[in-house]
Amino acid sequence: MYFPGPSFERSETPSIIAAAMWTFFHKLGSPPWLYTISGQILRWLLPAALLALVVGMCWGLLFTAPDFRQGNSYRIIYIHVPAAVVALGGYYIMAIAGAISLIWKMKMADIAMLAAAPVGAALTFIALVTGSIWGKPTWGTWWVWDARITSMLILLFLYLGVMALYEAYDNKVAASRACAVLALVGTVNIPIIYKSVDWWYSLHQPASIKFTGGSTIDPSMLYPLLLCIVAFYALFACALMANMRVTILDRERRTGWVRRLVEES
Amino acid sequence: MYFDSVAAVLAMDGHGPYVWAAYGITLLVLAQLLLWPARRLKRLRRELRGEVRRREAVKTNSVETS
Repeated sequence: MYFPGPSFERSETPSIIAAAMWTFFHKLGSPPWLYTISGQILRWLLPAALLALVVGMCWGLLFTAPDFRQGNSYRIIYIHVPAAVVALGGYYIMAIAGAISLIWKMKMADIAMLAAAPVGAALTFIALVTGSIWGKPTWGTWWVWDARITSMLILLFLYLGVMALYEAYDNKVAASRACAVLALVGTVNIPIIYKSVDWWYSLHQPASIKFTGGSTIDPSMLYPLLLCIVAFYALFACALMANMRVTILDRERRTGWVRRLVEES
Repeated sequence: MYFDSVAAVLAMDGHGPYVWAAYGITLLVLAQLLLWPARRLKRLRRELRGEVRRREAVKTNSVETS
């Protein structure tokens, strides 16, 4: 009999971690596990997200001082910036999920990519509309073909494009592959959006919150803004999981666990 | 509270219509975002329950006829 010897013992600890990681990934790929756990997460995350949203919005609308230059119209920042931040963050999630489904053919990644598209589109739409409404009293116009705004409009078309492309194919495996490629190609747009206010002369103000160096926003305005960003991220997660649950149930309808689930209810 | 009255909150020194329109549209879209999957899940579960019931009906029928 062959024993691996000391090298086996030395690698034992990492192998335990690796095994735990693989079990986790394996579970992530398991539809019934994902369906159950997402249901449990949604039960507390959704109320928490809604509470954070209400508190953040009321804080920003009623309890902060107006901007010294823009007056009260600046209060739109508490929805405009979170929507834009999460619309961009959501694109990463969609593109990474697309890459995973393309490379490893992981079914749940494919479902996550497709679930992220409508949520990202809605948030991009919110960012564009609230920005347009904010622009009227601040810049004197609803719309300008400015670098930041145009690149955000392209982001909206990318999200809508992924949704439309999936519907356009009868063969859903080919559809997913095409969507993943489009999502990955579209990531070119993300750094352009970030840098647009620095690269081009723009009406849009530069970022107020910076991770490096000082932010150009007063703490009394920053805290409600951060709370709203957290709330929007949590809402994104909720909508993403809710969309995924529908698709999981739909695709797994012929399997035993879905039948049992339906019979039990 | 920054504002003195409800009227001041609504008016926001002339920026009221802009601010409230922006918040209204945002809440409307967010609500749809969460209600849409909930409605789809409900419809799908009803559909799947119907399938189960039909299967059971077929099963009992075949037992009776045999």
